[in-house]
Amino acid sequence: MPFQGLTVYTFLSMLPNNPSSASVIEVQAVHKSFRNIQAVRGIDLIVHEGEFVALLGPNGAGKTTLVEMIEGIQVPDAGEIRVLGKYWKGHAEELHPHIGIALQETRLIDKLTVTETLSLFASFYELGKKRVAETLSLISLTEKKDSFVLHLSGGQRQRLALGIALLNRPRILILDEPTTGFDPNARQEVWSILLNLKKEGKTALVLTTHYMEEAETLCDRIYILNQGTILKQGSLDDLLGEERTKTLDDLFREWTGRHLHE
Amino acid sequence: MNSLFKPRQMLWLIRIHFLEIIREPGVLFWGIGFPILMAMGLGVAFSQKKEMVRTVAVVQQSNCSVDTNTLYQTVLEAKELGNVVFHFQKTEWPDAMLLLKRGSINLVIVENEKGRQYHFDPANPDAQLTFLMLSRMLNHPEKGKERSGKEEILPLTVSGTRYIDFLIPGLIAMGIMMSSLWGISYTLIDRRSRRLLRRMVATPMRKSHFLLSLILVRVAMNGIESVVLFIFAHFVFGISIEGNLPALVLLFVSGNFAFCGIAVLLSCRTANTEVGNGLISAISMPMMVISGIFFSYQHFPEWILPMIKHLPLSLLADSFRALFIEGAGMTVLSLPMAILMAIGFVTFTTGLKLFKWN
Repeated sequence: MPFQGLTVYTFLSMLPNNPSSASVIEVQAVHKSFRNIQAVRGIDLIVHEGEFVALLGPNGAGKTTLVEMIEGIQVPDAGEIRVLGKYWKGHAEELHPHIGIALQETRLIDKLTVTETLSLFASFYELGKKRVAETLSLISLTEKKDSFVLHLSGGQRQRLALGIALLNRPRILILDEPTTGFDPNARQEVWSILLNLKKEGKTALVLTTHYMEEAETLCDRIYILNQGTILKQGSLDDLLGEERTKTLDDLFREWTGRHLHE
Repeated sequence: MNSLFKPRQMLWLIRIHFLEIIREPGVLFWGIGFPILMAMGLGVAFSQKKEMVRTVAVVQQSNCSVDTNTLYQTVLEAKELGNVVFHFQKTEWPDAMLLLKRGSINLVIVENEKGRQYHFDPANPDAQLTFLMLSRMLNHPEKGKERSGKEEILPLTVSGTRYIDFLIPGLIAMGIMMSSLWGISYTLIDRRSRRLLRRMVATPMRKSHFLLSLILVRVAMNGIESVVLFIFAHFVFGISIEGNLPALVLLFVSGNFAFCGIAVLLSCRTANTEVGNGLISAISMPMMVISGIFFSYQHFPEWILPMIKHLPLSLLADSFRALFIEGAGMTVLSLPMAILMAIGFVTFTTGLKLFKWN
């Protein structure tokens, strides 16, 4: 079984169901296949409290499958995933209140207003109008609060999806390609919200992306995925090493012969 | 946080399901406007003519020497029939049966050497009325009993009443079916295709609350749609309910339960709205055609009738008709209600077992 990227954290994650207090997500030797396709092949990953981590890789690298397993939406074929020290099985009800997610290409209900959409999700967390108003302000959609989702731009919809993910002040935020297909302005708006969140230091972020700039701008550590495995991991400095004139995309092409954005 | 029932969550889910419906004019049109338009069109076409023409087939057998032309002239000249005009169509027995099956007539008179035979469905008030008027005129003392021989009624099992009486309960039943199948199945499939179901179950939302709120809103909408249609039919066509209210409520609930169960089963797996459209149409369209909503299913071959009668839409439409027209109570309706509940239970539990949230 491939066991790449073995760190002290993966060692800690092998301990019984009582992990280090510093880690909020521990993924160990996880595999997942769909029919004959091996989407994830023996991945290990650790995310610490308040840490921003990017899963960077081209389409088909296994990023979405990995985050869906972390979110508890998919069940691994092999390996273990612990979130806040707990396995998903039997603990979903305890874990959901601490996690915020924005899935790739979720389409909300067109004929609800922004406020109604946030209020609906707020009701799931037993949150009131005050938190809805705070979130509207956080995602800069107060002026659009009475607009139907149908009438929002792509960037505004993504900010709304981000707002839903942030409603419960999650300890873990998982965003699956949050700015794919956006123009630079819309991307900057989402980044700005996330950078403010990073300053607060209370939320850990797992972000999948194939935009190298997104990973570089937002994240403390970057996992580079290719064909269901982790190719490299570390901070931007670690990954670039001596080759400061190159970009992550250049390195990825050297390693795999492919571009990150493929 | 861990309580089984979360009222705030439930209220918000109910609220958004309602908002979605009332903000979609198409849904309101198909749910409320369309059945009324249909009732108006068909009802006016069949029930509000200035002259009520009653066409009767007359079969004169070769061994009968009676001058039927003169005989029936007494009826044609009668003034005491109000706006009813009789039209006698001399024909042979096979053609008379064909007319009967097509709904062109509801009574056949056979004249033969033994006397006169009236062939009609005794359960059909329209046919009964035709018979009563005709027999009175044909045996009018002043006109003289024009012929000797015995008169007898030979029952025919052919459905048909005042058409609007037949139509309205069927339309209500059909409305419940269509509204449940499209309102629940399509919503679930659409939410799944939008990945919204997946997003919602990644929160502390209770899955039971989501399904229950969707079903409650749909049943409430079905109630509103049925009441609106009934009120319209009551004031425009004089439709009334002969049966009792508790039986009506129970029947309504069991019909809704059956179709909500079918709706959940239909939408338990697919995330493709086009496949969903096909599935819903494949279930609803045949029932609409063969369950006797617009015309009696008695015209179908004998061998298939037991199956048709036990389709959920047939059970519901027939039970509504029995309750509306005949005043049927719990005793008569308990069996169809039990079957509808059983259909709902089996389909709902199977649907839940197979249900794919992700």
